[in-house]
Amino acid sequence: MSPVTSVSRREFLRIVPAAGAGLVLGVRLSAAMNATGPRGRPSALFAPNAFLQVDARGDVTIWASKSEMGQGVRTSLPMIVAEELDADWSRVRVEQAWADPRFGDLDTGGSSSVRTRYEPMRRAGAAARAMLVTAAAQTWGADRSACRTERGAVVHAPTGRRIRYGDLVEKAAALPVPQDAPLKDPKSFRIVGKSLPRTDTPSKVDGSAVYGIDVKVPGMLYAAVARSPVFGGKAKPFDANSAKTSPGVRAVVPISTGVAVVADSTWNALKGRDALRVDWDEGDGAAESSETLRAQFETLSQQPGKIVRDDGDAAAALEKAAKRLEAVYELPFQAHATMEPQNATASWQKDRCEVWAPVQTPSWALADIARAAGLPPGAVRLNITLLGGGFGRRINPDYAVEAVEISKAVTAPVKTVWSRADDLQHDFYRPASFHRIKGGLDVKGRIASWHHRLVSTSIKAYHEPTASDPEEDEIGGARDLPYAVPNVHVEYAAARSIVPRGWWRSVESSFNAFVVESFLDELAAAAHRDPLALRKELLSGGRTIAYPGQTFVQDTTRLKAVVDLAATRAGWGKPLAKGRARGIAAHFSYRTYCAQVAEVSIGKDGALRVHRVVCAVDCGRAIHPGIIAAQMEGGIVFGLSAALKSGITIEKGRVKQANFDEYEVLRIDEMPEVEVHIVPSDQPPTGVGEPGVPVIAPAVCNAIFAATGKRVRRLPVRVEDLVATS
Amino acid sequence: MASFTLTVNGKQVTAEADPATPILWFLRDTLGLTGTKFGCGASLCGACTIHLDGQAIRSCVTPISEAAGKTITTIEGLSADRGHPLQKAWIAEDVPQCGYCQSGMIMTAAALIAVKPKPTDDDIDAALGGHICRCGTYQRIRRAVRRAATGGPR
Repeated sequence: MSPVTSVSRREFLRIVPAAGAGLVLGVRLSAAMNATGPRGRPSALFAPNAFLQVDARGDVTIWASKSEMGQGVRTSLPMIVAEELDADWSRVRVEQAWADPRFGDLDTGGSSSVRTRYEPMRRAGAAARAMLVTAAAQTWGADRSACRTERGAVVHAPTGRRIRYGDLVEKAAALPVPQDAPLKDPKSFRIVGKSLPRTDTPSKVDGSAVYGIDVKVPGMLYAAVARSPVFGGKAKPFDANSAKTSPGVRAVVPISTGVAVVADSTWNALKGRDALRVDWDEGDGAAESSETLRAQFETLSQQPGKIVRDDGDAAAALEKAAKRLEAVYELPFQAHATMEPQNATASWQKDRCEVWAPVQTPSWALADIARAAGLPPGAVRLNITLLGGGFGRRINPDYAVEAVEISKAVTAPVKTVWSRADDLQHDFYRPASFHRIKGGLDVKGRIASWHHRLVSTSIKAYHEPTASDPEEDEIGGARDLPYAVPNVHVEYAAARSIVPRGWWRSVESSFNAFVVESFLDELAAAAHRDPLALRKELLSGGRTIAYPGQTFVQDTTRLKAVVDLAATRAGWGKPLAKGRARGIAAHFSYRTYCAQVAEVSIGKDGALRVHRVVCAVDCGRAIHPGIIAAQMEGGIVFGLSAALKSGITIEKGRVKQANFDEYEVLRIDEMPEVEVHIVPSDQPPTGVGEPGVPVIAPAVCNAIFAATGKRVRRLPVRVEDLVATS
Repeated sequence: MASFTLTVNGKQVTAEADPATPILWFLRDTLGLTGTKFGCGASLCGACTIHLDGQAIRSCVTPISEAAGKTITTIEGLSADRGHPLQKAWIAEDVPQCGYCQSGMIMTAAALIAVKPKPTDDDIDAALGGHICRCGTYQRIRRAVRRAATGGPR
């Protein structure tokens, strides 16, 4: 598997600000031309930009320009357009954008969809509304300023006359597109801020929703790929007949990731692959295991790393401290385990290639597909299906490239389907990490020193082995420690590993929040302080934490406010049922502030139960409170799975876990009662897909400490870590 | 290859297939009923759940030969126009996120309330404990099943 990729996450995130004004305005012109017929005659469609269209019946089509993977973008983004268009929401139909520059940046990740699209979608809707108003004013010969819009119609206030948008489309389509149409006063919003029914829900309860795996094109064949079980391994010369004699098998072809068995059905492809006899040149990877990696972590954690933050003199302060603590925290690789296994369908032809795939990063997928197809990107049509989960797995488009290679090899449309073992054993894993962290209390019990040495298998170093900044996606949430500690020192070291790494829901916050929020609790206990009171004290004073090269800051007042809100709603300090205890944690990620209080109990046998989680979130303006709550609930479940259940281990260069009996995740009978409180805000909207994830592990482990005095420093939590021995 | 006659969503169909072929792939690849999902291939996640003679079964590990002469209901056949109380409740509670696991969840819940119209939370957890939702919609699933069972929010 080639680690060389065309778009790094860094580039991918850098594209995001470009989704602002310029881009949308840029596409308006060409889209406006699309709205007119070949001879410049207006058609009966009003499509002033790529994102919306009104037809003569008054039906509105809005294109969702991000991938829908459950986070609700097929609802939230159209709501923003519809709000400024002042559309009748019951007449709005949502379509998925395909990979085309007219839609701007389609890449979906970093909890950025609403944050980056809020203003552009408002402007897209507002420009259309302004044109409809002008068209109505011209129709009436009235003054534009006397006209207003009302749910899909323009109203002339003095006379009460009204025209529906559908009756204005021809006239509006002939007008120039304004570049700075006025936006609504948010106080008048009637769509944004409401928990409207999600547009995709009906199709998801009757089986009609189309995910990548559901795509069928005429003449399509099905493929399963045998890949080297050891990362980096290559197929030795093999006997294709071993699979060709299996029922329904049509072809056996080598591709860049292994050997593809192509058949007339999914089942025959999977069986044909089972029958295929292929040996692998395992390469150097077979020498790696979780144990060798841990030894490397241990060694690196004893050596100085790259300094990424250095306030005051943490070493000297530690030396002088009245009380010193040192701890090691460890977290394993994690798989994404989307419920829909990886898959893609490709139809390659000499001069063009069409692909249907559940991708998060169409720009990256399109570039790699074009390269695999041997065609210019303009000859590729990439259709974005529904994603049966993303969680960052579908940022890497490897599975779409496979489908193209196979389709090209057999010159027929092909759908590749991964088994669950393929999915768990050939992922781009959340990095494994190891943290040596030291803290010192002064004579008054105040935290005087914080010294965190973080070692991980860098995502950046996997994708760009020669990069000088392997810490890029590893140190968030550690470097930006928000607590008022006078001496803070954070170092990073990258460990070598053959295991592919990628972006897993909340990325490095998923490990750093656990370490930071747990260790803060350790210091609170050492100082005999209440963990809530200490957090509030260390977040007071209205400080901001800056991010290199970024304009946003972390505001400790807002973090303190969510801590307060979660604690209050959870009844912090109030008596609990016998055997239960609470823990609190807070974290800033994706520009959003989140705090959670977990309530747990532990049986004598070590059986842990998380009963209740109270979550407070400040994500700026709430576009759709119901989706925000759902994302927090889901983030908590995702984080709980990693905290309590799952982990990827490496043996002889391969992943040990092959299915959900070995890679266990949270199930319904372990689901705590979750309540979500959203801070009312007029600030710009920020991320919600990821910020709920990192907070739950430390909240639960801090609750475990409160219940048992046992400090969990290694995830997932093991029963033996909880059974009382002292 | 062998020939099997069975009823799928009220229609009689004939399957020409290797008797060991899982029902899942016959439904998806042959009949085009893609609402039934492939998740694990080993009866570990529940995404492929259908009704075989009214019982919730895992179609990914049940061979087509076992369906001969029997009646299958898939998510597409649960109701016309999403009229099943569970489908209505699922919409009312806005349960799905990515939605991939939801067909299986609904089919198991439907089999549950068919025999136990007023399930307790423990009944719900026990029935759906074999399913996985990676998006974490479990709390809303519980709410929706309760809503369907009681005819209103609870």
